[in-house]
Amino acid sequence: MNASTRSSLPLWPAIRPIAGPLLGLLLVLGLFWFLEPDAFLSARNLRTVSVQTVIVGLGAIGMTFVIASGGIDLSIGSVIALASVVAAAVAKAGYDPMLCAMAGVATGAVCGLVNGLVIARLGVIPFIATLGMMGVARGVAKWLASEQKIDAPAGWLENLMSKAEDYRILGLPQAVWLTLLLAILLGLVLRHTVLGSHTLAIGSNEDTARLCGVRVGRTKIWIYVLCGIFGGLAGVMTFGRLTVGDPTTAIGEELDVIAAVVIGGASLAGGEGRIAGSILGALLMAFLANGCNLTGVPNYVQEILIGVIIVAAVAVDRYRHRTMEA
Amino acid sequence: MRGVRKAFGPVQALAGVDLEVRPGEVHALIGENGAGKSTLMKVLSGAHRADAGSMQLDGSDYRPSGPLDARAHGVAMIYQELTLAPHLSVLENIWLGREKRGRFGRMDRKAMRPAVEAALERLEHPDIRPETLVSALSTGARQLVEVARALVGEAKVLVMDEPTSSLSRKDTERLFQVVQRLREDGVSVIYISHFLEEVEEIADRFTVLRDGETVGSGVIGEVEIERIIEMMVGRSLDEVFPQVPHEAGGVALRAQGLRGPRLLEDASFELRAGEIFGIAGLVGAGRTELLRVLQGLVPATGGRFEYLAAAKTPSGLLSEDRKEEGLAINLSLGENLTLGHAQPLLQGPWLSHARRRSLTQTWIDELAVRCAGPDQPIGDLSGGNQQKIAFARLLHAGVPVLLLDEPTRGVDVGSKVEIYRLMGKLAAQGKALLVVSSYLPELLGVCDRIAVMHRGVLGPARPVAECTEHGLLEEATRGVGEVLAATETAR
Repeated sequence: MNASTRSSLPLWPAIRPIAGPLLGLLLVLGLFWFLEPDAFLSARNLRTVSVQTVIVGLGAIGMTFVIASGGIDLSIGSVIALASVVAAAVAKAGYDPMLCAMAGVATGAVCGLVNGLVIARLGVIPFIATLGMMGVARGVAKWLASEQKIDAPAGWLENLMSKAEDYRILGLPQAVWLTLLLAILLGLVLRHTVLGSHTLAIGSNEDTARLCGVRVGRTKIWIYVLCGIFGGLAGVMTFGRLTVGDPTTAIGEELDVIAAVVIGGASLAGGEGRIAGSILGALLMAFLANGCNLTGVPNYVQEILIGVIIVAAVAVDRYRHRTMEA
Repeated sequence: MRGVRKAFGPVQALAGVDLEVRPGEVHALIGENGAGKSTLMKVLSGAHRADAGSMQLDGSDYRPSGPLDARAHGVAMIYQELTLAPHLSVLENIWLGREKRGRFGRMDRKAMRPAVEAALERLEHPDIRPETLVSALSTGARQLVEVARALVGEAKVLVMDEPTSSLSRKDTERLFQVVQRLREDGVSVIYISHFLEEVEEIADRFTVLRDGETVGSGVIGEVEIERIIEMMVGRSLDEVFPQVPHEAGGVALRAQGLRGPRLLEDASFELRAGEIFGIAGLVGAGRTELLRVLQGLVPATGGRFEYLAAAKTPSGLLSEDRKEEGLAINLSLGENLTLGHAQPLLQGPWLSHARRRSLTQTWIDELAVRCAGPDQPIGDLSGGNQQKIAFARLLHAGVPVLLLDEPTRGVDVGSKVEIYRLMGKLAAQGKALLVVSSYLPELLGVCDRIAVMHRGVLGPARPVAECTEHGLLEEATRGVGEVLAATETAR
């Protein structure tokens, strides 16, 4: 595209960085709309997909910071399970749902803090540190729950994830709005705060950040705490949806979260990443899964497709970088 | 600074340095690559801590806990390697680490902008926009951003580590004006360079470092340049560039209108067997890209080149980046040496370690590599000895054409001399050597012919007898004024 066609699109500067995932999402939407015109874009189905996106979406918000800083958090799936178990245990003990939610989020924050400390203070690379936490958090979740599901009343947490008409705001479940709100907020944090700027600086060139006096270690700790908090929140939402604390939930979810962020245009080498892109990535995967179900495409085809999309997204991104450099 | 020492593992980078800088003077810190200049300045600016020795600033003890603390004391540094985060904007880079915050940790870009604009104005480059991403800027413009970073905020001592190594002549002159102004404001500038012409032009006094020690200091103009050079290298000039007689034979490599995907625009030349051919030019002129195209690491996008020597592997590249690319730093000498050419070690499907050891030992003896033995990790060796092994790898592979990118970067003077002698010997054996170097005296000292690369275009080759340092520099920098502000191409 040349400059004139670009300037004729008023929102182009805002859209350009997320043009890839947006285009991908539109393609998926178009394809299934064509195949299944009535069911796919029905209000009911959109609600279903939006709820299904909440958990991966929340995780992807936190993960965007981690990946933009050049790190990775493999523990988020286990953290989601642990947080859901903790929230359920607190609910079972008869406490207020607000307290359950806070306990779940705090659990995630603690896991993130440990990740951050191990990475920043012990110098263990993120892949290994969070791989360890992946095992530890999953094990602790099973231990706390005595390897069973904890059945507990979720109170209004259940309503957050409910698709029932009574609990919707403007047609969408409350949790969807909460996710969107947090996405916008954290998007601003990443682009317009010192923490966000330092996150990108560390991912872009860690040595430079250190030379310039950025407290690299401390910033990293914050980044992993943030990711943990979002993992915890996703866990609370999982509890709300299932009304049980399940220590075996969200197995492999970390890969979905990472995939969403990568499809959203973040570079695993760091320095790049956008919350909006990550959310689009999460939506893309949710719509793809949903569309495959509706059209009766078997599960394995869906897995193949997601795999291909991840690689294609990164390949296209690399290609774009090469042409930009030339 | 008194008796400052610093060691990295087995390498003693600083072995007792004294340095005294007065307020409002430009003090040149001179020395060869690897003399310890950069390390000394990293100690001064808080990036490294000294193992021993003391520092005083304005009469009181000065022990910076880190770069931020140093800056709080008024010590700012411009590093030789560009230290910018490419994904951030000019403004974000300039304020990195000490951003002005609004409420909730918001970046107060509005408050930071005037200082950035003022600094760029002071450098006479208001054309660089604060919000442009650094990745979209040219090398020269990036260097200016680096200078601007040091200007923002009050600096009492400003360290410039070879700030002109990638600047055009015009930008260099502008920078000198800025330095002059800073001096008039009472700022002490420590100016690191090995371009002595530059030093004569800008500095008041000088200190010479060699092998991590102070070997002399004085007032510019009172000491002859020749004397300073001898202090730098620790021997007379004839000894530095040993001449091994060699004679050019048939053409070994011919390139015609060669283009590369990035920086290389047009290169035509003939390289002969038994010849050392030098390529001068600025950083970013496309010299490295030329070598990479010739080695086949980067596809040519236009033109032709052919190796006329009959060999399965016609060429070998000595990378300018020894640590990242040139060597596998965790592997042993032997493994590095035979990397890529393991055929001679094969016994059936198996690699023979014994054979590798004996073969490596031969090269260690041949090139006088100082090491514990073939199994030592190469990262333990000094830069000079690492480079000898990198050379030995090309020789082991038996390539007729050697592409050498900054062959003496980060190498001590003693090893340099040995490498120069080796290059002469190789030419005498009929090898063809293509040498890229930013250090002009080196090219003038060892090459038979020299061509200058300027913005991707290789100029005509001239016999070394017709070249002067001044002339080459002139050719390398002519008309580079508008290199700047190549704003984001994709936008």
